[in-house]
Amino acid sequence: MSTLAANAPGAAGSGLADVAASEASLRRFLHGLPGVDQVGLEARAATLGTRSIKTTAKAYAIDLAISMIDLTTLEGADTVGKVRALCAKGRTPDPSDPGTPRVAAICVYPDMVATAKDALRGTAIQVASVATAFPAGRAALPVKLADTADAVAAGADEIDMVIDRGAFLSGRYLDVFNEIVAVKEACRRPDGTAAHLKVIFETGELQTYDNVRRASWLAMLAGADFIKTSTGKVAVNATPPVTLLMLEAVRDFKAQTGVQVGVKPAGGIRTTKDAMKYLVMVNETLGDDWLTPHWFRFGASSLLNDLLMQRQKLTTGRYSGPDYVTVD
Amino acid sequence: MAKNKNVEEPVKKSGLFEYAPAPESPAAAGDIASSYGHFIGGEFVDSSGSEALKTVNPATEQVLAEFAQGTDEDVDRAVTAARKAFADWSALPGSERAKYLFRIARIVQERSRELAVLESIDNGKPIRETRDVDLPLVAAHFFYYAGWADKLDYAGYGANPKPLGVAGQVIPWNFPLLMLAWKIAPALATGNTVVLKPAETTPLTALRFAEICRQAGLPKGVVNIVTGDGRTGAALTAHPDVNKVAFTGSTPVGRAIAKQLAGTRKKLSLELGGKAANIVFDDAPIDQAVEGIVNGIFFNQGHVCCAGSRLLVQESIQDELLDALKRRMGTLRVGDPLDKNTDIGAINSAEQLARITALTAAGEAEGAERWSPACELPGNGFWFRPTLFTGVSQAHRIAQEEIFGPVLSVLTFRTPAEAVEKANNTPYGLSAGIWTEKGSRILWMANRLKAGVVWANTFNKFDPTSPFGGYKESGYGREGGRHGLEAYLDV
Repeated sequence: MSTLAANAPGAAGSGLADVAASEASLRRFLHGLPGVDQVGLEARAATLGTRSIKTTAKAYAIDLAISMIDLTTLEGADTVGKVRALCAKGRTPDPSDPGTPRVAAICVYPDMVATAKDALRGTAIQVASVATAFPAGRAALPVKLADTADAVAAGADEIDMVIDRGAFLSGRYLDVFNEIVAVKEACRRPDGTAAHLKVIFETGELQTYDNVRRASWLAMLAGADFIKTSTGKVAVNATPPVTLLMLEAVRDFKAQTGVQVGVKPAGGIRTTKDAMKYLVMVNETLGDDWLTPHWFRFGASSLLNDLLMQRQKLTTGRYSGPDYVTVD
Repeated sequence: MAKNKNVEEPVKKSGLFEYAPAPESPAAAGDIASSYGHFIGGEFVDSSGSEALKTVNPATEQVLAEFAQGTDEDVDRAVTAARKAFADWSALPGSERAKYLFRIARIVQERSRELAVLESIDNGKPIRETRDVDLPLVAAHFFYYAGWADKLDYAGYGANPKPLGVAGQVIPWNFPLLMLAWKIAPALATGNTVVLKPAETTPLTALRFAEICRQAGLPKGVVNIVTGDGRTGAALTAHPDVNKVAFTGSTPVGRAIAKQLAGTRKKLSLELGGKAANIVFDDAPIDQAVEGIVNGIFFNQGHVCCAGSRLLVQESIQDELLDALKRRMGTLRVGDPLDKNTDIGAINSAEQLARITALTAAGEAEGAERWSPACELPGNGFWFRPTLFTGVSQAHRIAQEEIFGPVLSVLTFRTPAEAVEKANNTPYGLSAGIWTEKGSRILWMANRLKAGVVWANTFNKFDPTSPFGGYKESGYGREGGRHGLEAYLDV
């Protein structure tokens, strides 16, 4: 496995190549990262949350937010019909205004990938699939890899994997690292291309901000294309401070390695006001480089309709209400 | 040679996500009269003299209002009114005095938007700060001391501690309404009556507060406001019937007051200048330390007596920390104080701007390297870019003198002992900050720093329950908390 570690893309040419050479070196590195002061981090996130986004800035941010959405359905009750409806919504979020941008991706379970792929044919909308025994990740590695390969084979453009939180919390960082490397390998397609890999930490289970910073670096070193807060399936999902911390991590990682990694907060972001706060954090922490759907996503379902209502309000000057956006 | 080392980044093209103007309405400040007299004995009265001063909006240089230059006679009338009110006010049960203070606190909350906008207009500080810091703290201060009014027996000064009498209070321009609250709330809770003189560049919120006293039905003469410049202040502190003098402002003026009061029976508390060290160790939480440094020196344009104006950074992380700090300073938004997205507003006065300009010029002349982020400044008004000086040594004036502006001097240290030595190497001793993940080091440092407030992994945090005050030439006496009662009690 150590060869995989050395091949991890994030590590190349940055003096970080040997970090994952052993359990001990990886632990030393992760525990040597600067600490996070909880009070200070939360205060900074709260301050950025007071930015007042009006008129032209609001119009820009609403369209940007819509274009960054991974429109998601991850229910046991999902059906082909439900997924098709969601894809239709993603293609035409607001039938009353064709100028409305499309969402970035539709996010589904692996068995729905083919359906989504079919429904999105002819668009640039990506199909993202959760994998690796989502959401708990409690399965053997071969099962997780098969889950991933299956989704990729069905046409998934992006894979949202979960880390083994049990391994992380018990300090087996190298196991987590190697698993990400292996899943990344499973994202490869026969033609040599690969599905984009988003790595979910389930920050509500990691609990401390120090853990979130360590998980961020661990995943980036292992080759994550995106780091993602949560599954949406636990009590605490994306929060502004957790996301801010991950934004700082990708900023620092790029400064050190030259490799840019995306960020996806997921779960609990429901209103335009919330989305604005996240975009302000991206803007003031990372700037223009990350202000595109290539590098920042919202994992959300109900957020889209609130953005559409605010968009209608901005374009028409009237607040139309929830009966004027489609429920899919 | 020093000249070409000094860098000011070119103004870059705006980014993708430009915030549209989000101005708070100036009309929310309510009616500003064209001229003001004093507030004495519960009434707005004209000055006995004819001299009038002007207060301007420092962001536009427009005159907001004229106000009276208080004469000796005005001061005497105010002290007489306060003396007259003292007998009944001090005889009220504490629970009755508390009712008035609670009422004032609630009215401040209800009128907080109006007061925040008025404060921003008169002072130049951003609405984000008046709205989120000044006004909540003003209300909190009145609420807090309202709670003490009927519990003075349990404050640790024995049963039934007595008030002093008439308090003459002189406050600065950097937190006009908040400093008023720090002075008036404990004085009234303990049964004193007051004559307060606001600063000559920022009288408007104090005069508006006079309206609130009337709205709250506060007995006449308990609070009196006399406006004017230093001459009025000197008349107030010198008045023979004043029992207590409380002053917040510069060390030279504080020293003059202390001399003036020597040999009298007046009780004195002084809260003066500072040159605080913000000390960052190599194991600090870097991102939060950067926020703390920014908040320490750029909060309120650096017009803060306890500002973290000296950054002491451990040499081993100097480059990393300064890179991060410069990157962060590049996102500071300087401009219209009433724009809700403004981080740094206007310098309070032309006089203060001249002082900051002169001291930073001295910094350059002495060989320190100057850096400011790119930012366009408005054409009118008094503005100063957030500024960083590196290569500063203890011998430089910018390391010793209080600049009272958005100017940070960066020094380095190698060991904790050296950090303490450098931090304490100043005539001041108001505050200090320590940034480290090591709890034991925080305590070790705090025991050795000669500063009234030591913040750990934070900076510029204020709370009415916490005493505030200085060591050495930063003054004496404490404001806030249980300790703040002592300054207004005969104990």
